[in-house]
Amino acid sequence: MKISIQINEGPYQHQASDTAYQFAKAAIDKGHEIFRVFFYHDGVNNASRFTLPPQDDRNVVNQWAELGIKNADGEPELVVCIAAALRRGMLDESEASKNGIDGNNIHPAFRISGLGQLIEAGIQSDRLVVFGD
Amino acid sequence: MLHTVNKSSFERNSLQSCLNIIDDTSVILLIEDGVISAANNANSSMLAELATQGRVYALQGDVEARGISSKVADNIKLVDYAGFVDLVVEHGTAVSWV
Repeated sequence: MKISIQINEGPYQHQASDTAYQFAKAAIDKGHEIFRVFFYHDGVNNASRFTLPPQDDRNVVNQWAELGIKNADGEPELVVCIAAALRRGMLDESEASKNGIDGNNIHPAFRISGLGQLIEAGIQSDRLVVFGD
Repeated sequence: MLHTVNKSSFERNSLQSCLNIIDDTSVILLIEDGVISAANNANSSMLAELATQGRVYALQGDVEARGISSKVADNIKLVDYAGFVDLVVEHGTAVSWV
């Protein structure tokens, strides 16, 4: 079955991203397809490649990256909402150069895109599960 | 339909809101702080009624993390994350009460 996930909260502050990750992992282990994970609102903070938790703690960002959720063209299907990301200082290379900012922090396993991607995930998937606070 | 509730009923009234509109075929999965409502002494009568019908589940890892394993009402079924996935597959649309 095709399942998509929406995450509305950032890592470490709320349990939403951890629960969603365990859910996604269990779904993949059971042979389901995670079509897309859409990071919305504070959920965009799950995509920061600068995240450095203490060594004895889980790395939420890397955990998501290691699931390797991609489409048939090899593009990441960990999708970060562009409007939510830019206003929180989450930028990829293209948005940084477009806005004249000298750095970017979106992990390469994620990609920035628009809200249409969430709607499409809802249409294309058999199930959409929301994790928030 | 599957309803997930992730807040304790001592913190927010999302469980009650869910119970007020739930239909006869839907089930509830308590996750995160929502599992607090699975403890015997936090049980609402409406939730208890649904539990006797076998329509209330709680996420086992979250129950254990909160130290309430021994307090969970007998007829509330504990599931792991694989069980969570099965509930999503089996019951169609998932509504998240957050």
